[in-house]
Amino acid sequence: MKAAAWMRDREADTRLMLVDPREGGVAHGRVGDLASRLRAGDVVVVNDAATIPASLRGEAHGGASVELRLAGMPDGDRWPAVSFGAGSWRDRTEDRAPPPALRPGDRVRFGDVFSARVVEVDAEHPRLARVAFDREGDALWEAIYAHGRPVQYSYLKGELPLWGAQTPYASRPWSVEMPSAGRPLGWSVLRALRERGVAVVAVTHAAGLSSTGDPALDARLPLPERYAVSDAVVDAVARARAVGGRVVAVGTSVVRALESAARDGRLRAGEGVTDLRVDARTRLRVVDGLLTGMHEPGTSHYDLMRAFASAEVLDRVTAAATREGYLLHEFGDSALLLAA
Amino acid sequence: MELLGQKVLITGASRGLGRSLALSLSRRGARLALVARDRAPLEEVAATIRSHGREAHVIAADVADKDAVAVIAGRALAALGGLDAVVHNASTLGPVPLVPLLDTACEDLKRALMVNLVGPHRLTKALAGPMLLQGRGLIVLVSSDAAVEAYSTWGAYGASKAALDHYGRILAAELDGSGVRVVTVDPGEMHTRMHADAIPDADVATLASPDDVAERLASLFTVEGVRTGSRVSASSLGVAP
Repeated sequence: MKAAAWMRDREADTRLMLVDPREGGVAHGRVGDLASRLRAGDVVVVNDAATIPASLRGEAHGGASVELRLAGMPDGDRWPAVSFGAGSWRDRTEDRAPPPALRPGDRVRFGDVFSARVVEVDAEHPRLARVAFDREGDALWEAIYAHGRPVQYSYLKGELPLWGAQTPYASRPWSVEMPSAGRPLGWSVLRALRERGVAVVAVTHAAGLSSTGDPALDARLPLPERYAVSDAVVDAVARARAVGGRVVAVGTSVVRALESAARDGRLRAGEGVTDLRVDARTRLRVVDGLLTGMHEPGTSHYDLMRAFASAEVLDRVTAAATREGYLLHEFGDSALLLAA
Repeated sequence: MELLGQKVLITGASRGLGRSLALSLSRRGARLALVARDRAPLEEVAATIRSHGREAHVIAADVADKDAVAVIAGRALAALGGLDAVVHNASTLGPVPLVPLLDTACEDLKRALMVNLVGPHRLTKALAGPMLLQGRGLIVLVSSDAAVEAYSTWGAYGASKAALDHYGRILAAELDGSGVRVVTVDPGEMHTRMHADAIPDADVATLASPDDVAERLASLFTVEGVRTGSRVSASSLGVAP
C-alpha cells in the first residue's frame, strides 16, 4: 500500500472498505456513506482528543540539536518524551542520526523561549525520557503552541499545519498524533448518523506516537496513555446494548479507552492511564466493530485489528487494499470491521 | 442570573464590547478564554477578572490568521477543558476615516471579510465539533445595524456584517435540532474606540455604554436564552438580573 501524501479536499470521499470479520467478505464504499452501513440503535464512539504540536526542536548541552517529541500526557509535571537526533520529519525516522545522550539533570532549550529538564531516562531505551518544563499552566501551553510543530513523517509532501492535524470535533489537546480514523467524520457524516438513529458519543484518549525509528522502542508502543470515559458514553453503550445495537469504535485509541474502562467486566465512567494492549488474544468486552485507517502487519495498530478479525481475513483486506489502491496513514483510506 | 462554571471564549476581548462582556460574564461565574491581538490590554482585562476571584485565560492571537485558529482552539480547550459558548466579537472597520466604496481599496475590503467573516468561520469550524458531540452549545455572532442599513462609507464593514448575519442564519438552519444555538446580536451604537474611529464627532451622550450592552447580552447565555437563528438587538433584551 502507498501512503497518502497529503490531506484531501473532500474528506467524506475517503474510501471505506467494508469488511465482514467472520466471513471475510470485502466490499467498497466511501466514508460519506457510513450511515447507510449502520443501523438505528448502534452507537459510534469517537476520540475527541485534539492534537498537540508535540514536536519540539531544541538544543541540548553543548548546543547539540535535538528534537523532543512529547509521547503522551504528563504525570504531574513530568512529560514522557522521545528524543530524535539531527534531521527532520523529511527523513525516515529510522534514518535519523542518534540524538545526543540525555541524562537526568540535563536541560534542553527551545529557542530563547523555554526549556525542559530531563528528570528520568528509561533504563532500556535512553531515547525515552521524562522531562519537566520550566513553566506550567497557560504559560507552558502558550510556549508549546508557539514553538511546537505537529508530529509528522517522511511520507507527507509538505509541512503539516496544526489545523491539518485535527479531527473535525477536536476538543481537549491530549493526543501527540491525530486520532486520524475520525478525520473524515465531518458534520455531514455525523448528522447522517444521527438521522439514521445512530448515537455518536466521544471518549478522550491521548493517542501516542506511532513510530520512533528504533525497532526495540517501537515494540514498546503504545506507551501508557491517558483516557477519559464520560457517563454519556456509558449510558449510550447501555442504550445500544438494550436494543441489540452495536458499539463501533472510531480508531484504535477508542478501543483502548473503552476496553480499559471495562477491565473489570463492566464499562465504567472515569479517567485513567492504561497500559492495556489489545491484540489477537484480547476478548473484547465493549466494542463490536472498528472504523480504522489502513494498517500493515508489524504495527501495533495491525495487532489491535487482530482482536476483530483473523490473520486470514486481514490478509484478504491487505490484498484488496493493495489491488484497489487504498492509501495508508493519517490522510489515507478507511476500513470498517463489523459483522453484518 | 448565574453562569457558574460556563466556559466561554470571547474574541476581541481587550476593549469595547468584548471587554465589557468578559467582565459581565465573569461576574456571573463564567470561566473565560479571552482572545485579542494586543496582549497588554488583554492581560489587564484578565487581571481585573482574576482580582475578583474569577478565571480568565489570555490568548494573544489574530482571528484572521489561518494558522492561529488551531492554536486558539487548542489553548482554550487546554485551559477550560471544554467549551459552552463562543462569542465572535472581534471585528475591523478597515482604515479610517471611512471612504465611499468606490474609493475603498480591494485589499481593505478583503481584510474586512477576513476578520469579520472568514475568521469567525474558521474558529466556528474549530470549536463547533465538540459542542455538537455534547449536544449543546452557543455561537454568538456580533453584528451591527450597518449590516442592515446602507450607511455611506461603511461599505466594507457593512457588507462583511451582512454576510455574517446570513452566515449565522444558514449555520443555525444546518445545526437545527443539534442543541447548538446560533444567535446574531446587534449591540447598537456604543461609546467605543471603534465608534470614535468611524464617527469622531458623534455626540457621545446618544451612545450606549458597552457595559450596559454587555449586561443585556448576558441573558443570551442562559439555557433558555434566545431561539437559535434569531437576530436580536441589545436594546430589545432586558438587563439580566
